[in-house]
Amino acid sequence: MPYRITEKRDLNPQVYFMKIEAPLIARKVEPGQFVIVRLDEYAERVPFTVADFDREAGVITIFVQAVGNSTRALAQLNAGDEISDIAGPLGMPTALEGYKKAAVIGGGLGTAIAWPQARKLKALGTEVTAITGFRDKSYIILEEEMRAASDRLIITTDDGSNGLQGFVTDRLRELLEAGETFDLVIAIGPLVMMRAVCALTERCGLPTIVSMNPIMIDGTGMCGGCRVSVGGQTKFACVDGPDFDGHAIDWDGAIKRQQMYRDYERRACEHCRMKGKEDGNG
Amino acid sequence: MADLERQTMPEQAPEIRRHNFSEVALGYTPAQAEAEARRCLNCKNAPCMQGCPVSVRIPAFIACIARGDYAAAYETVTATNALPAVCGRVCPQERQCEARCVRGIKGKSVAIGALERFAADQHAEEETAAPAGNKNGKKIAVVGSGPSGLTAAGDLVRLGYDVTVYEAFHTAGGVLMYGIPEFRLPKAIVQKEIRRLRALGVHIETNVIVGKTLTVDELLTEMGCDAVYIGTGAGLPSFLGVEGEDLKGVCSANEFLTRINLMKAYRFPEYDTPVYCGKNVAVFGGGNVAMDAARSALRLGAEHVYILYRRGREELPARAEEVVHAEQEGVEFRFLCAPTRFLGDENGWLTGVELQDMILGEPDGSGRRRPVSVEGSEHVLPIDTAIVAIGQSPNPLIRKTTEGLETNRRGCIVADELGATTKPFVYAGGDAVTGAATVILAMGAGKTAAGAIHTALTEAETHG
Repeated sequence: MPYRITEKRDLNPQVYFMKIEAPLIARKVEPGQFVIVRLDEYAERVPFTVADFDREAGVITIFVQAVGNSTRALAQLNAGDEISDIAGPLGMPTALEGYKKAAVIGGGLGTAIAWPQARKLKALGTEVTAITGFRDKSYIILEEEMRAASDRLIITTDDGSNGLQGFVTDRLRELLEAGETFDLVIAIGPLVMMRAVCALTERCGLPTIVSMNPIMIDGTGMCGGCRVSVGGQTKFACVDGPDFDGHAIDWDGAIKRQQMYRDYERRACEHCRMKGKEDGNG
Repeated sequence: MADLERQTMPEQAPEIRRHNFSEVALGYTPAQAEAEARRCLNCKNAPCMQGCPVSVRIPAFIACIARGDYAAAYETVTATNALPAVCGRVCPQERQCEARCVRGIKGKSVAIGALERFAADQHAEEETAAPAGNKNGKKIAVVGSGPSGLTAAGDLVRLGYDVTVYEAFHTAGGVLMYGIPEFRLPKAIVQKEIRRLRALGVHIETNVIVGKTLTVDELLTEMGCDAVYIGTGAGLPSFLGVEGEDLKGVCSANEFLTRINLMKAYRFPEYDTPVYCGKNVAVFGGGNVAMDAARSALRLGAEHVYILYRRGREELPARAEEVVHAEQEGVEFRFLCAPTRFLGDENGWLTGVELQDMILGEPDGSGRRRPVSVEGSEHVLPIDTAIVAIGQSPNPLIRKTTEGLETNRRGCIVADELGATTKPFVYAGGDAVTGAATVILAMGAGKTAAGAIHTALTEAETHG
């Protein structure tokens, strides 16, 4: 049964918002969980965190960053188009109950994954400070949504083009130095950003949850490609995560593993997909 | 008589086939099949049948081939076997039907597997039977579309049940699709068998992960199923647990084979999914999965492919034909050695494996002699790819989400000899119960459980 796209918007030059009919998944999914999407016969199985869902309407929202061959093909689709396969919800939901004051940090596309976490925390009565960081002003996404899901939103850019220059860690450090404290920090974004946040929060003894997005095939514990070393133990991000205690992750190992298929990705992008050419949408 | 010699199945030559993913064994010609069929003694007590987990009427179907009635041969086989084209290719016949063949006492047994394959391959799809009639109004959910689930589904639909098979992947077939390579079991063959089951009336829902998308309890309540059969296999890969296993270049055989078979990475970049395979490849393990991984690595262009096994040649659990094929193609076997750690460079890429020699000690729980390491025998083998094929265990997703379903300490579902679990109206079989075994044993369990489900539901109706 194909999965129909009901809405699609361009958020920045690389990121697309997509609402897709997937009633069985919308019925069950919780913040922190993901789906595996396979566009068509030729595409890879790609994991996407579910950013939003509507149980009544039976739709889920994902944010597509067009970086690889399969994701660029996915980004070509529009409302009314169909996706061949979506499986989920996968992974464990984030445990968000019982916190008083949380800092939710999103780096780039990580903001899309941090958004449902912030929303749920706020709904549970937690005071939420959101910090989001982007390369420059044109890459800012989900500004209104994050503002609505938090008590305070701080947006920072690498080049200062939005008026506030620096990384998310700079903003967090300022808050901590000003005497603010949190009983939970959630950091979602590129591995180096999550590692930097964890280094800072570990010094201050702030519990920090990160969301890992390693290479995976099936998403159900079958391939072991997504293995992450956490506290010296091998965990599978797809079934044990994707959330882990950021202070227990072997970041060097995770960063190296992420590069495993980089040369192949380059080759795939150079290769013009035969099918795309024939369909005229390549 | 010349035709009393066992017919040899034509194969692609090793030096050719090690560079392609096309099927190795090409199948009998009609003349060969009929000659081979005439070797069958048509024994009255049919010892071969006792060696078959799904009780194929072997002498009967072979007699049909001998007289040139291929359609009748196919009917006879499919009366008890839902996947004949698969079994003819991947069953370990030398340990089952053919091991009991009377011809084998003095010479070579009848090539039962090759004949079963012939009967299945001769069958043209358009002759496929009409849907099974006489619906009884009861619903069954089958979890997993591998050999066990498909067999159970085929038998239950013929008994009049409304059967839906739930598959986690985007394609039905389970291990037949993601695990066994194209050169040993063409995917078109698997899909043809599945289309036949669909034509019989079996519904297949892909992209449904039972334990996540739906639970077993929801199948029994919300979805209104009268019984559930769990045939989810053993998909969780075991790792070696040695230093350096997270290096780039080390992967599970499951990952390697799934990329190649299910995602068609051997056709990258036409297909988007890549698979990493270097020049010097070590495969750890001695089963069919290890052979499949090693032979796939050769086909991807590896210069040296080693199978490193901690026991000896005699103990290899793989099917005999697979070992022979692997050797013919140039896979290098190194027996009685085990890895102690993986070595890598500063960028985290695998550069070698440290091995330790082993000797065989007393038999262990499996009846095989236990390997014991030889102190001080460590040496390094330079490799850039390591594939771990030391076994799989059942996936915990169902175990964790199904109240009342007992499992053992290896994570296998506890079921009696008929497949009944500790949860009412929930049955299980195949690798999910036994741990990783063979296609045909999983099929046998699916068949037994289908019969048990029918008995239980018929009784419940009579007494309820």
